[in-house]
Amino acid sequence: MIAFLKKEWMELWRTGRFLVLLLVFALLGIMNPAMAKLMPWMMETLSESLADSGITVTAVTVDAMDSWTQFYKNIPIGIIVFALLSSGSFTSEYQRGTLIPVAAKGLSRWNILLAKALTACAAWTALYGLCFGITYGYNAYFWDNGVASHLFLGASMAWLFGIWVIGLLVFFSASAKSSAQVLLGTGGIVLAVYLMGMFPRFGKYLPVACLDGLPLLQGATCPGDYSASMAAAVGMALLCLALGGVCFSRKQL
Amino acid sequence: MDILSLSHIAKRFGGKQVLTDVSFLVPEHTVFGFVGQNGAGKTTTMKLILGLLASDSGEISVNGRKVRYGSTAANRMVGYLPDVPEFYPYMTPKEYLCFCGGITGMTAKESRERSEELLCLVGLEQENRRIRGFSRGMKQRLGLAQALFGRPKLLICDEPTSALDPVGRKELLDLLVSVKEQATVLFSTHILSDVEHICDEIAFLHGGRIVLQGSLEEVRARRKATATELELEQPKDAQRLLSMFPCLKPIGSNRLLLEMAGALPDILHALADKRMPILRIERQEASLEDLFLEVVGK
Repeated sequence: MIAFLKKEWMELWRTGRFLVLLLVFALLGIMNPAMAKLMPWMMETLSESLADSGITVTAVTVDAMDSWTQFYKNIPIGIIVFALLSSGSFTSEYQRGTLIPVAAKGLSRWNILLAKALTACAAWTALYGLCFGITYGYNAYFWDNGVASHLFLGASMAWLFGIWVIGLLVFFSASAKSSAQVLLGTGGIVLAVYLMGMFPRFGKYLPVACLDGLPLLQGATCPGDYSASMAAAVGMALLCLALGGVCFSRKQL
Repeated sequence: MDILSLSHIAKRFGGKQVLTDVSFLVPEHTVFGFVGQNGAGKTTTMKLILGLLASDSGEISVNGRKVRYGSTAANRMVGYLPDVPEFYPYMTPKEYLCFCGGITGMTAKESRERSEELLCLVGLEQENRRIRGFSRGMKQRLGLAQALFGRPKLLICDEPTSALDPVGRKELLDLLVSVKEQATVLFSTHILSDVEHICDEIAFLHGGRIVLQGSLEEVRARRKATATELELEQPKDAQRLLSMFPCLKPIGSNRLLLEMAGALPDILHALADKRMPILRIERQEASLEDLFLEVVGK
């Protein structure tokens, strides 16, 4: 399995996928404080035209919380880019037939699946960490991160949401034939869960609540409010992995 | 001892019954030719042996170990060269072979040494560029190297020579013969001259069944009566002989074909009596092509 893990990393680097993802996540990390920093200047620039429409702009003050607000707005973009670039991880191998010699050499299919899932999780952790780290660093430099409570817990929740999405990607990759089917399946489930999350009765039991960490940072909610959604994300990710393994064992390579 | 046994294997894809009842045994240290037309089910049979497809019925054993679909345990003893081998294009051949060593549980040092040994064997030791730019023949040679990596007891090659030029074909066939000492080779093909060159045993697959199997000599011996060709010096003598023996078939102005071997002594007698000068009397050997056409009913 270690050899297959090494091959997965080599693939990420040499196909340029990881480099693209690094750039995207670094850009997102920079954009969060940049947007917050530019806010007063943008408001000032627009103040004249806003005054014409009857809106008076008073002095705008920004702090780290504005930057963290941007962070939670931008993370879904990062997840979408990550899913788009990871959706072909299995299916491109089915189409080229590159897994046949690997399976024919006796490497268990569970090991192949786990290596791919682990690589995706590690890549997501590194990329998410980079984005969070850049935002955290700039925020600490310009303002004070102390205004946000439970900052790291909130960040872990959004990370966990990403892990749940990876679980879905792995499951659909193990059962579908093309990356379009993987994206449709994953996107469909995320959208369905997102729509279900709009009902307050289910909302807090669904993984999508993990992405709504801003109220926690603002002190409007407490960590206990998210335990059900975090447990749901972990449980569903593990279930997806197990079902994916069963499908992959029966898959015609 | 038999390294591979297939017993009453059947496989259907949707509405198409590809294999009806396939049974054969492959003895150790032989080169076994698996012959059939395109679409006869050779690749399907090979994928069933590797556990890459599930059979509808029947049993397959490799070295006494049952093959189960999706489980790759029996594959540790098998090397497989697919008809169109595909590799990770971003790797160099050496990196790919070291990766093969890693997944078969070898140490990094062992993998490196074995990779170098195999790259020399297949003539790719100088290739340090990535596989992306490789020709079909180079991929085929790298495919053979990866198939031999784990010193398999059974080497399965799916039409390994069909896309190669004559030089590449000869080199690959020589390589297959050279591995016979260490491994049993099962190779599928529809190129019968390859079979005649290197195989000890052959099996013909047709209509989802094995229609003929045995050693090359046995299979040839099963051919119906072989013919004898007579070439006379004078065309008029050929005409005279034809009028005396209507069982002869004219195949040229002075050439006749005899398919009934029993009539030959009488014909020879007549030739001597009438003092007809002859250029040639030749017994035609049954070629595998004839046999193949006879088997497939064409």
